[in-house]
Amino acid sequence: MTARTPLLRGWQLALVLLALALALTFGLRMIGNDYAWYTGYVILQFVVLAIAWNILGGYVGYVNFGTAAFFAAGSYTTIFLHKTWGLDLVLCVLLAGLVAGLLGLAMGWLTLRLRGVYFSIASLSLAVVLQTLVVNWHYVGGSSGYYVLRPKLWGPFGNFSEFLFLLMLALAILAIAVSAGIERSRLGMGFSAIRDDERAAEAAGVPTLRLKLIATTLSGALMGMAGAPLPYYSSYINPEAAFGLIYTINAMAMPLIGGMHSWLGPVIGALLLGSLQQFATVTISSSANMLIIGGMLVAFVVLAPRGILGMLRRNKGGKQ
Amino acid sequence: MLLDPGLIANSISSGLLLGCLYAIAAMGLAVSFGMLDIANIAQPALMILCAFVIAVICTATGLDPLLMAVLLSPVFAALGALLYRGYYLAFERKGDQAIRGLAFFFGLMFIVEVGLLMIWGADQRWVNVGYSGGTLDLGPIGLPYRMLWPALVSLTAIGLLLVWMRRTFTGRAMAAVAQDPGALRFLGIDPIRIKTVAFAISVGLAAIAGGCLIVIQPVEPQSGHVFIGRVFAIVIMAGMGSLPGTLLAALVFGVIENLTATIYGPSWSPAVAFGLLLLFLAVRPQGLFGRAH
Repeated sequence: MTARTPLLRGWQLALVLLALALALTFGLRMIGNDYAWYTGYVILQFVVLAIAWNILGGYVGYVNFGTAAFFAAGSYTTIFLHKTWGLDLVLCVLLAGLVAGLLGLAMGWLTLRLRGVYFSIASLSLAVVLQTLVVNWHYVGGSSGYYVLRPKLWGPFGNFSEFLFLLMLALAILAIAVSAGIERSRLGMGFSAIRDDERAAEAAGVPTLRLKLIATTLSGALMGMAGAPLPYYSSYINPEAAFGLIYTINAMAMPLIGGMHSWLGPVIGALLLGSLQQFATVTISSSANMLIIGGMLVAFVVLAPRGILGMLRRNKGGKQ
Repeated sequence: MLLDPGLIANSISSGLLLGCLYAIAAMGLAVSFGMLDIANIAQPALMILCAFVIAVICTATGLDPLLMAVLLSPVFAALGALLYRGYYLAFERKGDQAIRGLAFFFGLMFIVEVGLLMIWGADQRWVNVGYSGGTLDLGPIGLPYRMLWPALVSLTAIGLLLVWMRRTFTGRAMAAVAQDPGALRFLGIDPIRIKTVAFAISVGLAAIAGGCLIVIQPVEPQSGHVFIGRVFAIVIMAGMGSLPGTLLAALVFGVIENLTATIYGPSWSPAVAFGLLLLFLAVRPQGLFGRAH
């Protein structure tokens, strides 16, 4: 696979993102109700998760079935810090990133010397082991869950929901920046070398294990940060909700549907599937929305293996 | 901690019976993942699907669930053959199975679960069988019939599979396809046909496992999750594709899990399964009995 020249230069991308973020924030402020902030928050949370999954799944080619584990590790880091020291949420997000990143590093170190499919299975096991630990950890609420009181106001922000939205928006921009940065760097070239042919990459002197560990750490850290505000968002959390398989399947379906070779793919997938799910949850039922995700995932991997971006690119290529 | 030896003996014996359930649940995966290299992560979901179907049919008609499982297994085997054909055409033929194949089975698992949830709701399903309360008493050890009968069915099915694999041409070709699909072509055998048969068998085994499961415990749509870890752990512990090894690993596994539940409480038992799996992946990925990869 040859390296494509990115659509936009770094500073152009930054400007576009900033403009979009400002437009989004003001647009939602015009609507001005809590539900709009919530919807925005949930969709942006999936943007972060999808990009994080794609760093390992799309760039390096290792399928992570344990998104929920990293996500929940972030949520429970927040709960622990909140209960023990009453730390501010922003600090919790950073530390959640650290914890989940270390978790990713540890899991990668344990399994990345094996073939890809073992890594996938191990990541799924990690989710169950962590969930069992949390269920038995009574300090953070055990199986009965934990309540977080949401502050009404938060500094200069109109209300707390708006603050949560802006926090997730910042995380989404961070995730895009990390992802776009990887694509433009030697790291990204190393990642695609591993994805295309790991043995050849190894033989050509690419430090495959080190690069894979960087990918699991970055990916895990972003997932953990995405999960950190969850206890505040839902004000009650239990292991079943935090470790929900819905996070795993979404984080995987969104890049597969959008396209896996650039950060734009997971963003498109997350915006599309995220809004579709919000819509389906409100109009039909929450199990219907899960069925839609599963169905779309299978349909896309079978019919459009390169995702939406791949389809667009192929059409463009055909005309030229 | 003070432990009663009778309690431990009972825990070990029922762990062995539980191990027989795990063996039949893992045997399908030993064929599909161990031999065909298809990580069918939906295997436990198919088992739960069959358990649900059996629960619905047997509650309505009063038929025995184990008999029903045997009757349903050809249906599931046919489903498996179709599934493999689809998988082959969509992924394997293009050499594209790594990421998308995994995502495909994951999506399939999700669809089965949500489908069960939408059709029959989130409630637990079970079947009442005549022997569910009884126990076979052997001195200090009591073997509950609701675990003994499924264990016998499981062992019979595994025994038949082993004999079939050794004695028949197709069975031996199945073992060969695991090692060298190219060589089969020289013998004039179509590896795709053999793989279709093998995958059909693996899904047929999921049906029998579902029947054993519904007799032992009630199921809900997501009961498959904990089995994913168990069956993959067992297959990897056994060294990928060794069928007698899978049986032995499943028995060991059942005993360890049951002892943990007895000593530390049942909420810890899932951690055993997945903890062992992680440990094996990290330390000895070729399994207890396996060849190095």
